[in-house]
Amino acid sequence: MPSEKMLMNGSQTVGEAAVRAGCRYYFGYPITPQNELPEYLSARMPEVGGTFIQGESEIASINMVLGASVSGARTMTSSSSPGVSLKQEGISYMAGMELPAVIINMMRGGPGLGNIAPSAADYFQATRGGGHGDYRTPVLAPGGGQELVDLTFEAFDLADKYRNPVLILGDGLMGQIMEPVVFPDFIDLKDLPEKDWALRGCKGREARAVFSMILGQKGELYRHNLDLQKKYDRITAEEQRWETKCPENTELIVVAYGSAARIAESAIEELKTEGINAGLFRPISLWPFPLPALRELSKQIPKVAVFELCLGQMVEDVILSVGERSEIYFHGLPGGIIPTPAQVAEFLRSIVKGDGKVGRRIEV
Amino acid sequence: MSTDIEYKKIFGWPESLKHNPTHYCPGCGHSIAHRLVAECLDEMGLREKTIGVPPVGCSVLAYNYFNFDMVEAPHGRALAVATGVKRVHPDKFVLTYQGDGDLAAIGTAETIHAANRGERISTIFINNAIYGMTGGQMAPTTLLGQNATTAPGGRDSRLHGQPIDISSMLAVCGGVVFVERCALTSVKQIRKAKKAIKKSFQCQLDDLGFSLVELLSPCPTNWKVSPKDSWDWVNEEMVKTYPLGVIKDTTGYEDKK
Amino acid sequence: MITRTIFAGFGGQGVLLMGYVLSHGAMHKGLDVTYFPSYGAEMRGGTANCTVTLSDKKIASPVASNPDILVAMNFPSLEKFESTVVEGGTVFLNSSLFEERPSRDDIDVVPVPIMDLAREAGSARGENMVMIGTVCAKAGLLSLEETIKGMQAALKGKDKFFSLNQKAIERGFAFAADGK
Repeated sequence: MPSEKMLMNGSQTVGEAAVRAGCRYYFGYPITPQNELPEYLSARMPEVGGTFIQGESEIASINMVLGASVSGARTMTSSSSPGVSLKQEGISYMAGMELPAVIINMMRGGPGLGNIAPSAADYFQATRGGGHGDYRTPVLAPGGGQELVDLTFEAFDLADKYRNPVLILGDGLMGQIMEPVVFPDFIDLKDLPEKDWALRGCKGREARAVFSMILGQKGELYRHNLDLQKKYDRITAEEQRWETKCPENTELIVVAYGSAARIAESAIEELKTEGINAGLFRPISLWPFPLPALRELSKQIPKVAVFELCLGQMVEDVILSVGERSEIYFHGLPGGIIPTPAQVAEFLRSIVKGDGKVGRRIEV
Repeated sequence: MSTDIEYKKIFGWPESLKHNPTHYCPGCGHSIAHRLVAECLDEMGLREKTIGVPPVGCSVLAYNYFNFDMVEAPHGRALAVATGVKRVHPDKFVLTYQGDGDLAAIGTAETIHAANRGERISTIFINNAIYGMTGGQMAPTTLLGQNATTAPGGRDSRLHGQPIDISSMLAVCGGVVFVERCALTSVKQIRKAKKAIKKSFQCQLDDLGFSLVELLSPCPTNWKVSPKDSWDWVNEEMVKTYPLGVIKDTTGYEDKK
Repeated sequence: MITRTIFAGFGGQGVLLMGYVLSHGAMHKGLDVTYFPSYGAEMRGGTANCTVTLSDKKIASPVASNPDILVAMNFPSLEKFESTVVEGGTVFLNSSLFEERPSRDDIDVVPVPIMDLAREAGSARGENMVMIGTVCAKAGLLSLEETIKGMQAALKGKDKFFSLNQKAIERGFAFAADGK
């Protein structure tokens, strides 16, 4: 049965959703601002017969995930920016070995230790693979609340479907905010497709090995990478997600994701009272980026305003999507602060007035 | 008079080894260690329920030789990966097979913490005091004065630190029940090594905790000596820094003669 | 309808719990709600604040540029947030603790002697419950029943505190009604 409506913070929400999506193995290392997630699962996992281990490091934790994944289980780790940097080794290996897993990043200010306030400065790291090698991971960017539940379920399904690590990219704000959420019923693990590649001991079959080192002299690694690329192409074609809120006579479309999108939405509401018609394009899958949808939209709307909680990362994907069809404006707040709708409203007003006071025009 | 002779098989190819020629150098200890692990798994009936984790290093391709399920780990992370495997499959048999660079340098944290958690895993630790696969660089276990391509003139304690005795370090961890150091360089020691490996496997089957068998192993290629001299060097020099014998045993097992 | 409230004060004054009670009560009432606690460095510095947004429609930003209501449990909180309150907004003050008042004249100011009221209600530790009762009643956010439900949900599993807290909340509602 679905749960009753519950008031939970974003980190706990992901934890409960993961358990209901069949995750029984969590490995992680403490880091602010996502500690509520491991804390929640340390109590929750034993209740559902699952395993929680606080690893000795991010590196150990992601490799425990690798081990649980190759054993056929639904498994997850979570962290915040500096910790996710450490996990990149394991993510690259899992991409090479084609192992499913879900990795949560509640982003905080960087570079280095930065601070613990929200940020969106890990967009490049998340959407361009992050570790070494020619690989991609699907990246889902929830807007918080109920969408954290829904996208956590989807992340596990996508990971299994494509045998690939999947990232959920939130931020410190989203991890801390409490909102009402409803959880779907627990999935029955028996209903999931059989993982015929998993390691369970070789009784009744040939011994099997799962590895990422491919030394063959006959172009084996070359072909492996081409196969991986075919998979990424398939994901690009089939797994784009976005939301558009475009009233009639929209003169300006804001492109933003995650917490930034919610803050922008309030700014858009505020501008309505001033007679400014702005719309919102919210990418939900950051990789694959919903490029064709934004391209189509930019054919109809003369101005595109990009708002990010960093100094310009997603804007590059917007430029790829929009090209010279519309004017592109960018306003980024360096991560590590709590942004307000008023700051976004100033940016949008500045575009409409053309005074160039807030944000800047991007020349393509 | 009947000429019927009754044949009894007294030696054969272990089922836990594939029929593949190895890439190991002549005189290398890995082939002996592989054979011992395979024999022990066969004799204890574990092959079909075993999941092994090889290291990064010379034995990274061990899955080409071992005939059971294996998953390759990133360098040093074997015991973290094995932890994930064992937690999902507590009823299966999980072993890691790791070299000195993997276990005692880049993977020190993973090693100590998996051991200290008392993960029900058996670890075979090959100590040859050198980085073999990458071409003879200094290992954490390289002896003082021993030449390496990154310690020209020999290991100097002021410059490179002392050789690390990780097995003794692990012995102080609460989750560890059995640690023994053996050598692969005499018939007597090889027999002892096999006994130690079996004991380590038994620890896991009996749910006692973490166990490790360290095997001093010759690397004639990177030590730049003949196979014969490499055996002598283990027996005469290496054992001074790494004395053979049981380092920790809280199993309560009575050793059978 | 959308109402944004900032609760602020020292750590230990039950500031986050007030926000939590309001959030649960609002959810019980069927409203959308977002609860955003301050976290991290500020928390360790000894001050705490949280922003609660209530709406009958889906809430976009959980961060408020300008709150409609400020609940200042100490003077530093009044100083910090006074200027951010919207024109025509309301500031609730812990008048048991400080005598300073806002310098603006375009906002309503409601001093609440929460220490005295809490003692009258039989619980010296119920100051925050008196305050949340007063706020919910005066600003028309929640009914008495909804506020009590909110308190019970926020303190789920700590039933032994329910009856004293309920008395403190009722005292707050009474104070809001007749100013004493």
